[in-house]
Amino acid sequence: MATAITAAIVRNHGLTEEEYERIKSALNRAPNLTELGVFSVMWSEHCSYKNTRLELKKFPTTGPKVLVKAGEENAGVIDIGNGWAVAFKMESHNHPSAIEPFQGAATGVGGIIRDIFTMGARPILLLDSLRFGPIRGHSPQARHNRRLFAGVVAGIAHYGNCVGIPTLGGEVYFDESYEGNPLVNVLCLGVLRHSEIVRGAAKGVGNPVFYVGSETGRDGLAGAAFASRDLTDESKQDRPAVQVGDPFKGKLLLEACLELLASGSVAGIQDMGAAGLTCSTCETASRGGTGVQIDVALVPQREHGMTPYEILLSESQERMLIIVHGGHEEKVRRIFEKWDLPYALVGEVTDDGMMRVLEGGSVEVEIPADMLANDAPVYVREATSSHAAIRVPIEGIPRSDSHRSLIVLLAEPTIASKNWVFRQYDHTVRAGTIVPPGSDAGVFYVREADKILAVTSDCNGLYCKLDPREGARIAVAEAARNLVCSGAAPLAVTDNLNFGNPYRPEIFWQLREAVEGLAEACRRFNTPVTGGNVSLYNQNPTGAVDPTPTVGMVGIIANEDWITRQYFRNEGDIIFLVGPIGEEMGATHYLKVVHGRKEGLPPRLNFELELRVQQTLASLIQHGFVQSAHDCSEGGIGVALAECCISGEIKMGASVRIGNATDRMDLLLFNETQSRAIISVSPEDADAVEKHCATAHTPLTWLGAVGGTDLVVTNGQETLTWKIAELYETWYCSIENIMSTR
Amino acid sequence: MKIAVVQFPGSNCDQDCLRALLGVGRIEAEYLWHKETSVSGFDAVVLPGGFSYGDYLRCGAIARFSPIMKAIVSATAAGMPVIGICNGFQILCEAGLLPGALIRNQRLHFICQPVWLRTETTDTPFTTQLEKNRLLRMPIAHGEGSYFADSRTLEMLESQNRVVFRYTNASGDTTPESNPNGSLANIAGICNEERNVLGMMPHPDRAWDRRLGSEDGKLLFESLVANLELAAAR
Repeated sequence: MATAITAAIVRNHGLTEEEYERIKSALNRAPNLTELGVFSVMWSEHCSYKNTRLELKKFPTTGPKVLVKAGEENAGVIDIGNGWAVAFKMESHNHPSAIEPFQGAATGVGGIIRDIFTMGARPILLLDSLRFGPIRGHSPQARHNRRLFAGVVAGIAHYGNCVGIPTLGGEVYFDESYEGNPLVNVLCLGVLRHSEIVRGAAKGVGNPVFYVGSETGRDGLAGAAFASRDLTDESKQDRPAVQVGDPFKGKLLLEACLELLASGSVAGIQDMGAAGLTCSTCETASRGGTGVQIDVALVPQREHGMTPYEILLSESQERMLIIVHGGHEEKVRRIFEKWDLPYALVGEVTDDGMMRVLEGGSVEVEIPADMLANDAPVYVREATSSHAAIRVPIEGIPRSDSHRSLIVLLAEPTIASKNWVFRQYDHTVRAGTIVPPGSDAGVFYVREADKILAVTSDCNGLYCKLDPREGARIAVAEAARNLVCSGAAPLAVTDNLNFGNPYRPEIFWQLREAVEGLAEACRRFNTPVTGGNVSLYNQNPTGAVDPTPTVGMVGIIANEDWITRQYFRNEGDIIFLVGPIGEEMGATHYLKVVHGRKEGLPPRLNFELELRVQQTLASLIQHGFVQSAHDCSEGGIGVALAECCISGEIKMGASVRIGNATDRMDLLLFNETQSRAIISVSPEDADAVEKHCATAHTPLTWLGAVGGTDLVVTNGQETLTWKIAELYETWYCSIENIMSTR
Repeated sequence: MKIAVVQFPGSNCDQDCLRALLGVGRIEAEYLWHKETSVSGFDAVVLPGGFSYGDYLRCGAIARFSPIMKAIVSATAAGMPVIGICNGFQILCEAGLLPGALIRNQRLHFICQPVWLRTETTDTPFTTQLEKNRLLRMPIAHGEGSYFADSRTLEMLESQNRVVFRYTNASGDTTPESNPNGSLANIAGICNEERNVLGMMPHPDRAWDRRLGSEDGKLLFESLVANLELAAAR
């Protein structure tokens, strides 16, 4: 019996009246309920980017090394030489993780892994960029945030460790704005030969369409639509919209698909991720310029009595749609059976451009595939500037005890060591990890390609909150600086835009500003955007999250000798600051953590200076002068110096002189002016380094020398001394201590 | 000479083990699918790490029923060298080829970190190129690696000199702090009574290339190859 489509049903599907009219006029009739469901997920923000599509066009997406562009396929592909390439992409699973942190995060990892092997690439590393509310204290919120944090980390470990892909790091930030709406962004990178790039297109009329992987259940029903709404207190009732992951199945699917792709039998392949079977059928058909017809009665099902609506909209995990060259069916069946995977022949490629879904004999859905995949409405949202951030006058910041402030900053979870997190991730599987998590960038040897990659993710949400454009530019600059400090040349970027509700003009303004900032910076650093993800409606009852345009950046280290770590290595080495001493105090962590003020104008990025500093750092490293290099970010020179002393296996002290007797110590140590790194060099190379920087017109300051058991800092007037053991203890154990609070 | 690296469906260190073996040179190494029923043609077997069957029940509990395990059990009785690493160790215990069990890490979390190991005996085909008390550096990566056995079994292992590796600090002392997972007597690896079956939680397959920060793991694979060569020459 056909259900009449009422205005309420349309609204419950997250579609506006205008969108419903658009559907009717394009179909020349009213859709049935199943078709309405199909439209609702395909035209959700999550699948269609209807509110952001025009903005995303601003990104630079081309370059000499780009083999597959952003948006063309599931992930972009970049040349790394020797006939090899990398496919990488970042994706969010924020909403599911807010409701069910373990499964939400686990399935986020599973989904992005499938996106990568769908390209024909073997996934070889993961990064996670995480944001949570504050975890300290005994309040119910803090307890809840700890539960979310622990659950997400365990979920990521559960999936990534089992599948056997090393998690090379990422970042974790804590801030009130993420209370109740954590951000879970996962980056996966895979390697493949140029000749192995696979397209997610339904090619060849008459080719059989196979379904392979887990049986379809009612889990994750319409999760894409769920992810395109604000999170509210009632969201917990949406728990059925959260999928359950099975990493073992994911691993089987990965191996079976790679074997299948190598066999030459595959004409097209697509992951059933967001919007499940719906999305995979209409997208492959649309890309192939063909149609696809499937029969849902043939789909392996976990539960009895599922309707076509449920089967099409289910987001059960670990499923793929594979279009096979006619005549290869037996070969394909053998591979599925070898890996003990459920599979079924569910349909075929047609020539009429329709996504047609049957149940037994009757037609349930008949919609032009292209219309679903590409004709979603595109909106220009209203954008209103928030009031501009105001520069905080230095005189307005009370002097604080800088000795204590450094300890407080090192204990702050955002800055403290993340070993509690990284130890739970298998970061050594695949026997390629050269620099493990915890340095400026993870460094990984890709054995099959004989290439060394460096990867990092960055975004300071505090900067972005106070100035989204500048914050976004800095996110790119910092990612590039992190890579350069580890010896790499930046190659390309993937981004994950995490924002609040785009229907609110001030949120849309943040998004536009951030996109333009990212785009500009990616052009300046010559790092095209190869794809990414947009996550909107990141709201909790008190408001939107801080705008968080996370940047994942991949670089290549051309020579093994250039690999550089962040920590001091030799007693007696000379310590230099490359870049300005700086004085910008707005939006600093010092201001936030020590003074409780989340305000001010974030540091300004000067592209010319930034590029000069990065080129100089690269050149110094390539000359073999640099023993260690560490970028200055949250907590300024003070925190960076401490980390240089305490983050290596052997801890080392240092004696440093900075600024003048008249300079305030807290400003010297904790300002967050950009374009800076701390390096250490052998005493015999110090002259050469100074000459080099003078020739390049790059600011350089002789800070002091490595050695002893204390960190000693003086401005000539005031001298501060910290025991290295104390700094280490504070920084290393902070999160572990907090997490053992009841 | 040919060494088998068994592939269970959820093995994820199979490629690392194969590369580590081929890195030694002088031998062939091949994958052996878990649905195979024979190890003939092979001179030694590696059970690699991973999550053999997802390990939702108990690590290695299902893998022991794989067709290939029957063949491996009889081959070990005939003296074939077999090494189980991480999940491979868990499978060897589940299959009854080694005594005791690997239980949840003391602090319940998965742990991935480098450790120091002290060589307790060189009297296995995998340790002849080491010296007693030699310290080795390699990573662990497991959630269930805490070695447990009843006190009689433990006494037997000690008296028969069957503890092969113990977790220590950088100076070679077995301290509580250097025990990453709560293993009894800091045990990281043991062998069977006939000494041809070795199980260990740490990963020599992730420490055989200077880029990885340690090449100590290579010594185990080199010992194995040298012993196979000796046996072939005899």
